[in-house]
Amino acid sequence: MSEKLTISLSPHIHNGMSTRRIMWMVIASLVPALLVALWTFGIPALIITFICVGACLLTEWIITQFVMKRPITIFDGSAIITGILLAFNLPSILPWWMAVIGSVMAIGIGKMSFGGLGCNIWNPALVGRVFLLISFPAAMTTWPAGVGAGAEMIATTGASAAPLEALDGTSGATMLAMLKSHGPEALDPDYVGMMIGNMNGSLGEVGSFAILAGLLFLLCMRIVTWHIPVAVLGSAAFFSWVFGGNPILDLFAGGLILGACYMATDYVTSPMSKKGQLIFGIMIGFITIIIRRFGSYPEGVSFAILLMNSFTPLINRYCRPLPFGEKERRAMEKRKKAEEKLLTENK
Amino acid sequence: MDKSYWKIFWNGVIPGNPVFVLLLGICATLGTTSSAMNGLMMGIATAVVLVCSNIVVSLVKDFIPDKVRIPAYIVIIATFVSVLQLAISAWMPALNESLGIFIPLIVVNCILLGRAEAFAGKNNVTASFFDGLGCGVGFILALTLLGAVREFLGVGALFGAKIYPEDYGMLVFVLAPGAFIALGYLIAIVNKIRRV
Amino acid sequence: MKKLASTLPNMLLSLGVIGVVAGALLGGMYAITKDPIAKAEQNQLTASIAEVAPPFNNSPEEDKDTVSIDGKDFIVYPAMENGKLTGAAVLGYNMEGFSGEVAVLCGFDSVGNVIDYRVIRHAETPGLGAKMEEWFHDPTGARSIIGKNPSIESFYVTKDKDKQGSVDAITAATISSRAFLKIIREAFVAYRDYSADKGLNINELK
Repeated sequence: MSEKLTISLSPHIHNGMSTRRIMWMVIASLVPALLVALWTFGIPALIITFICVGACLLTEWIITQFVMKRPITIFDGSAIITGILLAFNLPSILPWWMAVIGSVMAIGIGKMSFGGLGCNIWNPALVGRVFLLISFPAAMTTWPAGVGAGAEMIATTGASAAPLEALDGTSGATMLAMLKSHGPEALDPDYVGMMIGNMNGSLGEVGSFAILAGLLFLLCMRIVTWHIPVAVLGSAAFFSWVFGGNPILDLFAGGLILGACYMATDYVTSPMSKKGQLIFGIMIGFITIIIRRFGSYPEGVSFAILLMNSFTPLINRYCRPLPFGEKERRAMEKRKKAEEKLLTENK
Repeated sequence: MDKSYWKIFWNGVIPGNPVFVLLLGICATLGTTSSAMNGLMMGIATAVVLVCSNIVVSLVKDFIPDKVRIPAYIVIIATFVSVLQLAISAWMPALNESLGIFIPLIVVNCILLGRAEAFAGKNNVTASFFDGLGCGVGFILALTLLGAVREFLGVGALFGAKIYPEDYGMLVFVLAPGAFIALGYLIAIVNKIRRV
Repeated sequence: MKKLASTLPNMLLSLGVIGVVAGALLGGMYAITKDPIAKAEQNQLTASIAEVAPPFNNSPEEDKDTVSIDGKDFIVYPAMENGKLTGAAVLGYNMEGFSGEVAVLCGFDSVGNVIDYRVIRHAETPGLGAKMEEWFHDPTGARSIIGKNPSIESFYVTKDKDKQGSVDAITAATISSRAFLKIIREAFVAYRDYSADKGLNINELK
C-alpha cells in the first residue's frame, strides 16, 4: 500500500530515459566506428577494445567494492563507454599492458578519485589517453600502416589472433605528424581514402563517416544536441583557414571528429546551457588548431578538450540559463525605463 | 633526552609534517623529486638551512624589534642558503646541476619562514633546534618518499638501482603532472593512516 | 630579557648589524669557494672533451678554434699529442630539434671516425628525442654512430632513402634524430676544414 502512495515533486511524466539507457544507446552508436576500425586494423583493434573495456570494468568494480565500499556501478554502462572511447584513442598495435594502465588511470584517476560518475572534472577516457601519451610517447605515436591492412590480414592469417608482430614492421606516421615534420607541400592527401578510413591513426581516427553516422543516431534519439559538435568542427575549420591550413585535412585527419562527437559531448564534463556549449565547442576547435600549428605535439584534440573541461564550471557559472519568465521580465523593465526616460525628457 | 624536546621533534616528523600535513614548500617538493636521490639531497639541503636558521633566529630574537622581524629573518635565511649554494657548487657540482634553481629557491620555501615566525621567534635555542630538526627530518622523509615513488613508477629504479626495465616505466611520473598526481595520492594515503 | 622596542634607531641598528654580519659571512664564503667553483666549471668541459676526443697532452680549451659552417660557429677543441694533431672534439649545434636548440660535443680521430659524443644541451621530449643521449651509443641494429666514419657511411636516418641513410632514427622521434645527425655531419665538416691546415687529410663527407 505504502508503495503506491509515493509523494514526489513534479515533473511526474517520465519519458523512460535513464542513465543506463542513454549509455547503452551511446554504445550502440559506436558500433559502426568499431567495425570500420576492425576493417582497417584487423583483429588487434577488437582485442585492444576488449582489453580496455574489461580493464575499465574491473577497475571500477575493485574501487567501488573495496575502496569506496559502495553499491556496484559497473552496469550503468559508463565504464564500457570509457573503455571503448579509450581504445578508440589508441593505436591498434599498442602493447596490451599499456592499454590496461591507461584504463586503470582513466577510471581510477579520471573518474573514481573524484567520486564516480557525475563528479569527474575531466573526460575519463581522455585522462587515460593523455596519461599514456605522456608516459609512453613512442608506443602511442607508432601506428600500423592502415590502408586496409586489417582486412588483408584477416584474409591472409585466417583471422588468427596475435598478428601484432606482422604489423610491427610497417608502422607509419599519421597525416598530422607528416604535416608537422614536412609542411603542407609534402602532403598529397587522398581525401576519399581518409573519409572511409584508409589512413594511419588510432582506432577511432579512421572512421570519420561511421562516427558522424553515430552522431546522427544520437542526434535523432535526442541524446546529444548539435551545439558542441558543430561548434567544435566549425571553429576548427575556421581557425584552420585563418592560420593558412587546409580545413578539410584538419577536420578529417586525426581525432577531431571523434573528439567533437563523443568526448566533448560528455554530459558530465561539458557546460549545461546552450550558450555555454557553443563557447566550449568554439574554444576546443581554436585550441586544437593552435596546438596542431604551433605546439610540439602533432595532435591537440585531447589536450583541447581536457583544458576546456577544466573551464566547464566557470562557463556554467557565467552562462547560467535564465529562469522561466526572466527574459520577459527584463524586457519589460527595460521598456519601463525607456518610457520613464522619455517622460522625464518631455518634461 | 628531555621528553618535551622529543615531542617537539616528533611533531615535525609526522603529526605536523611540512609536506603531507602543512602542505608547505610544495614548489620545491614537486620540482626536485624526479628521483629519490634528488629528493633526499633537496631534503637534506633544506633541513640544514632550517636547523641553522632556527638556531640563529631564536638566538637573536630578543635583539630584533618586532616591526622588522620578517626582513631580518629573511636576511638570515638567505645568508644560509647562499652559503649552502656556494658550498654545493664548489664541492658538489653534479648535485648543483641536478637541483639547479631549487637551491636558491630554498630562501622562499615557506617552511623556513614559517618555522622562524611560528616557533623559533618564540622559543629558546634548544627547543628551536629540535623543532628545526624535526621539520627537517619530516621534509627529508616526504621528499625522499615522493622521489622514490616517482622514480619507481617513472623509470623503474630506486636510488638509481634498476628494478624493472625502463621501457615499462610511466614517464609521466618523472614529469610535472606526475608529481601532482603522486603527491595527491600520497597525501590521501598519509591522511588515511593518520586517522587510524 | 625584554624585546627591543620598535623605535627607528633600534630597527635600523638591528637590521644594519644583521646585514653586516650576513655580508661578511657571504663575502668570506665567496672568497673560499671562488677557486673551487671556477675549477668545477672548467673540469666539466675538460672532462667531456677527454671523454670524446683521442688522448692528448695539450690543453684543448686553450688551443680551441672556431670554424663557421652555414653561418653557425662550431668550436673545435683540438687534441694534440706532442704538437701533432690526433683528433678533436667539436662542439656543434643547430635549432632544428623538435623543441629548438640541440648542442652536441662530438669527438673525431685522425681519420674522421666518430669516437664518442655528448649531448650538451637539448630540450627534446622526454622518452622521445631526449633518448639521443643513449640511442646513438646503442649497438642494436644500425643505431650506433660510434666508430663510424661520416666520409664512409651516410650520416642520415635510414628513412631518408634518397640520401642512403645508414643510421636508425630514434623510434617516433625522426625530427630529433635528423637534427642530431646534421650536427654530427657539420661538426665533421668543421673538423675536416680545421685539420686540413694542420696536415691531416680527411676524406670528404659522403
